[in-house]
Amino acid sequence: MNLHEHQAKTLFKSYDLPTSNFFVANKVEEAKELAEKLNVSKWVVKAQVHAGGRGKAGGVEVVESLEDVESFAKKWLGKNLVTYQTDKNGQPVNSILIEECTEIISELYLGVVVDRSTRSIVVMASPEGGVNIEEVAEKKPEKIYKASVKIDEEISDDDGKRLALGLNLNEEQTKQFLGIFKNLSKLFIEKDLALVEINPLVIDDKNKLKCLDGKVSVDNNALFRQKELLGLRDTSQEEQRELEASKWDLNYVSLEGDIGCMVNGAGLAMGTMDIIKLSGGFPANFLDVGGGVNKKSVSEAFKIILSDKNVKAILINIFGGIVKCDVVAEGIISAVKEVGVDIPVIVRLKGNNANIAQEILTKSDLNIVFEPDLSTAAKKAVEFSK
Amino acid sequence: MSILIGKDTIAICQGFTGSQASLHCKQAIEYGTNLVGGVTPGKAGERHLDRPVFGDVKSAVEKTKANTSIIFVPAKFCKDSINEALDAGIKLIIVITEGIPTLDMLSLKIKADTLGSMIIGPNCPGLITPGACKLGIMPADIHKKGKVGIVSRSGTLTYEAVDQTSQIGLGQSSCVGIGGDPIPGSNFIDILKLFESDKQTEGIVMVGEIGGTAEEEAADFIKSNISKPVVAYIAGVSAPAGKRMGHAGAIISGGKGTADEKFLALENAGVVTVKSPALIGKTIFDLLN
Repeated sequence: MNLHEHQAKTLFKSYDLPTSNFFVANKVEEAKELAEKLNVSKWVVKAQVHAGGRGKAGGVEVVESLEDVESFAKKWLGKNLVTYQTDKNGQPVNSILIEECTEIISELYLGVVVDRSTRSIVVMASPEGGVNIEEVAEKKPEKIYKASVKIDEEISDDDGKRLALGLNLNEEQTKQFLGIFKNLSKLFIEKDLALVEINPLVIDDKNKLKCLDGKVSVDNNALFRQKELLGLRDTSQEEQRELEASKWDLNYVSLEGDIGCMVNGAGLAMGTMDIIKLSGGFPANFLDVGGGVNKKSVSEAFKIILSDKNVKAILINIFGGIVKCDVVAEGIISAVKEVGVDIPVIVRLKGNNANIAQEILTKSDLNIVFEPDLSTAAKKAVEFSK
Repeated sequence: MSILIGKDTIAICQGFTGSQASLHCKQAIEYGTNLVGGVTPGKAGERHLDRPVFGDVKSAVEKTKANTSIIFVPAKFCKDSINEALDAGIKLIIVITEGIPTLDMLSLKIKADTLGSMIIGPNCPGLITPGACKLGIMPADIHKKGKVGIVSRSGTLTYEAVDQTSQIGLGQSSCVGIGGDPIPGSNFIDILKLFESDKQTEGIVMVGEIGGTAEEEAADFIKSNISKPVVAYIAGVSAPAGKRMGHAGAIISGGKGTADEKFLALENAGVVTVKSPALIGKTIFDLLN
């Protein structure tokens, strides 16, 4: 689960990580007043959406009058911001962040992730922060400094000092950085985060370090014990079909193609998409119905697949382990009747009770093609989609 | 022979009396697994599936000499359950539960390594040694005792590989689902090592997924340590970069961990790769004949 920048910065403040003073405006009318309360003559105004790439898309501006703050609010509040990280519709801007403008001397990068290969929490720092950090990581990997944080051990100053050296910080800044390093690690662990990124972490004209942006992602699996963070979820930033699917414990990701897929298990769902592509077709979605699939969720899965108007055929691929194939077959039949499916449905069911399932489907007299072989089933789906 | 579990396994189940656990333990017992009892706090002294129920792992181990535990406990209690199993000296812990916080697994993994215990999973279908022992949620009847060792990050894709190797007549020595989470208890390398030294295993099927670098690390290991033929399939060639694909593990970030990179690394290590999951069985059959 992702947080908005302003939510991340509020979290930063509670862990003594330095940020600028800011306010959040949800209505155009309050923008001017909030900006005035900051008591400065130069502001940074930022549209709040979950996607990155806001600056390049016009969602971030430096303004020097209250009127400009207001016109920025007018321009974005209630509108959608399209960036290279969003789809073509963009994401709705429901609030804007108004903060005092910081005079930047240099831009650094600071990030924390769980590193799978070393099985540890890794803090990454680079003296070359800013929008091109991925390029730095690729072309100058020696400019990315890393330190491991052990979850059940005291956070060491030595690691922090090593990163500070990599960042070319002076004595005063190093002292400040050690605090940031410790608190950021503590924040990551205590709040069950999956990712924190401060890009840029800047040195300002007063020789101080400051977090100018904040990207925070929370481990979804830990939300049961992070109730406070769960309350910050903004579902308006999520893809609406994916959101609807999650209500039924379906894992759905929409794609660009025209063959709707319904599969059990994430791996097999990706495998099914791979076979469709190999057979010359294009999957319209990834859909994992999971292990707890029942009649109702099959029916909901159909509705979600069919709400994508590009879909010309549906391929259902279920390998019954926990899932009983006959239950899925009955779900398919009632969904086809209830929802009124008028495109071809190719069904491949294997494993637990597959024989009973085949019998049920064959007897149904509906426009359903039963095909036990995976490759052939995919080929048929591709043919029907042409 | 086989790996990890077999006729000498003495297993208990944590979360024994829950509905999923009951279903799969019943099947395991019918399959011939030496499942000697289970643990459900507050139900000590009762009987379930004609086996004793214990209140904690320590007393279960004392009474039954169990060396293996399969866990079906809900995610929020799983850290405590795994800790309990580790503290009681269980050497093989199979965690079926999905949704365990990543940081919980980080600390459990360190502890398991220190104690010399092995965790399989979480978020996995479990383990089976066909004809001897089943500790997992896989459908039993697709398996056949034989010569292929299967290790996989995905549940249903494992069944696919099992079904194909059974149909074509090869059968399996053991099948291990390591799970798709970012921090698994055991990785490909841990399992590949065991298959390499197992006499019954003549060939290995490895099923990976996009995300992370576990497959690339496995490729490095295979190059210098595995002499048996390996067939690999990586799911997710068609997945768009940056999209979340269900498993916490399947995240592509910054160009690393794409299916193409994984295929390339494995091919460079002498592994025969297949681009379609429907070709796994035939390919390993050709290699072994």
